[in-house]
Amino acid sequence: MTALVEQRYDLAFTLYPYARHPDQEAPPRRRQVVVVGGGPIGLAMALDLGRRGVPVLLLDDHEGVGVGSRAICFSKRTLEICDRLGAAGPMLDKGVMWNVGKVFHDNSLLYEFNLLPEDGHAYPAFINLQQPWFEKYLHDAIVAAQSAGAPIEIRGRNRVIGLTPANDHVLLDVATPDGTYQIRADWVIAADGARSPLRDMLGLSFEGRVFEDNFLIADVRMQADFPTERWFWFEPHFKSGASALLHKQPDGIWRIDFQLGWNIDRQAELAPERIRARVDAMLGPDIPYELVWTSIYTFQCRRMARFRHGRVLFAGDSAHQVSPFGARGANSGIQDTDNLGWKLAAVLAGQAPESLLDSYDSERVRAADENILNSSRATDFITPKSPVSKLFRNAVLALAATQPFARGLVNSGRLSQPCTYDGSALNGPDCADLPPRSRPGSPCPDAPLPGGWLLPRLQGFTLLAIDTDIPSDLSAHGIALNCLQLSGDAAPALRARYLGAAPAAVYLIRPDRHVAARWRTFDVAAITAALGRALGKE
Amino acid sequence: MPLITTPNLPDADAGYAALIAVHDGLSEAESHALNARLILILMNQIGDPVIIAAALRLARETAPQ
Repeated sequence: MTALVEQRYDLAFTLYPYARHPDQEAPPRRRQVVVVGGGPIGLAMALDLGRRGVPVLLLDDHEGVGVGSRAICFSKRTLEICDRLGAAGPMLDKGVMWNVGKVFHDNSLLYEFNLLPEDGHAYPAFINLQQPWFEKYLHDAIVAAQSAGAPIEIRGRNRVIGLTPANDHVLLDVATPDGTYQIRADWVIAADGARSPLRDMLGLSFEGRVFEDNFLIADVRMQADFPTERWFWFEPHFKSGASALLHKQPDGIWRIDFQLGWNIDRQAELAPERIRARVDAMLGPDIPYELVWTSIYTFQCRRMARFRHGRVLFAGDSAHQVSPFGARGANSGIQDTDNLGWKLAAVLAGQAPESLLDSYDSERVRAADENILNSSRATDFITPKSPVSKLFRNAVLALAATQPFARGLVNSGRLSQPCTYDGSALNGPDCADLPPRSRPGSPCPDAPLPGGWLLPRLQGFTLLAIDTDIPSDLSAHGIALNCLQLSGDAAPALRARYLGAAPAAVYLIRPDRHVAARWRTFDVAAITAALGRALGKE
Repeated sequence: MPLITTPNLPDADAGYAALIAVHDGLSEAESHALNARLILILMNQIGDPVIIAAALRLARETAPQ
């Protein structure tokens, strides 16, 4: 019967081996939230909901984390979210930090850039970390949360093979090595990846642009004295690809990426000697290395028309797909879970109407469009689609060697930034003389405070007052606000990022630490109205 | 400021001659590459996205029938 749930890939870490569950013998049991998929997005989603006290069942058709470094660049926003989830510490300890990028054309250095991370943030702009480690640390945090009482359950080798929406639940057919059983789920979160079987079961389309190009990944282990920088070549002199990328990972492993073109023989290109020839040409003859993992990928830029379909919500690659340039895949999926977790918890607690979940759709569709736009533009620059497109691309590269203006046109990927939800229906009043970077819809910028950081102080719905008085207790719409009164005197970054030239301000901040509304003075009626709006009550 | 579509060069003949002369001795491919660099340089000089959009539109619309 094990053929029922065949294993499609090898595991880097076995974390939740299949175990027969009493539900398999019972009539369909009711579950409040079922997350389908045990990748980074499914794990983060289950962890977020469980830590909020929402009973959540995660079904994965494997027993742990698949092999392969895959997503390797994790952004500051992702780390800030993982910090809230109790998972960021080990990620930061193991991850490789980098700031400098160099861009080459042929054999010449065109220019270098520094991410120049702004001072006064707990987390760096990016870390490089193999995806299996990222997922393992999320799972470690789930185990820790379970020990602290979080109602999270994971069932390995449980594959959803059928999905039937009903008025007040979704009926799931689940295959296991011991046969199939059924679950009635109040809510289903589909985090089952780019090829999402759940999306197919609902007959939903997933349209967008196919990019006709193949990229070869070669992860190599080597003792090399290359600096910890991102090196990108257009038309490299070593001819191993139309473009090439060299980027450092933990454990002495380097990610090398070669652009191979469209009409290739995939199997032939994956032959180790063929890959070694390309790597040898790049590194030169004197550097010994070991091939750790290789893969050829193609990509598309596309999204579902809507991410919410009744009681089924799509998150991560199942909902949207981008090219890897800009590290906007896994990072945007983690932001999906950040957006959805508090909303679903508020609906389940009766604090918000079900329609709040429609704002998950509108806000994250907006973010997906932003990511697809940036990712498509980078791809068009890296792999020009026509002779004239290539003519202009190479004209930019020719100018960039000496002309500063042209460097801004060179696009080897615009790195992931969190979306600002301008115009969201959840946004309340703004105050024009406060800094634009923290306007309603913005992700809250971190800031050092005496004895710690700002972001960890923002828990649940927070009322943040800077240099003005607010009550220490305030409740509205059945929610006790986390009232946080701070002084800008000893916190210049807080002042710069939240006050600007203004003497004082009051911010209403959502549980995903996006700004909901802000004012110059405390006004309880205005705050109550803005909270109602942020809960989708308008 | 709208896109200028009336004569704006102080010496039109000299300006045109300079544009042709800059291609002297170049192969066709080299000339195409030069034109591409020139467009990028001029586009950066103009800067204003409204004017650039109007110029792009005008160039597209004025193709011979």
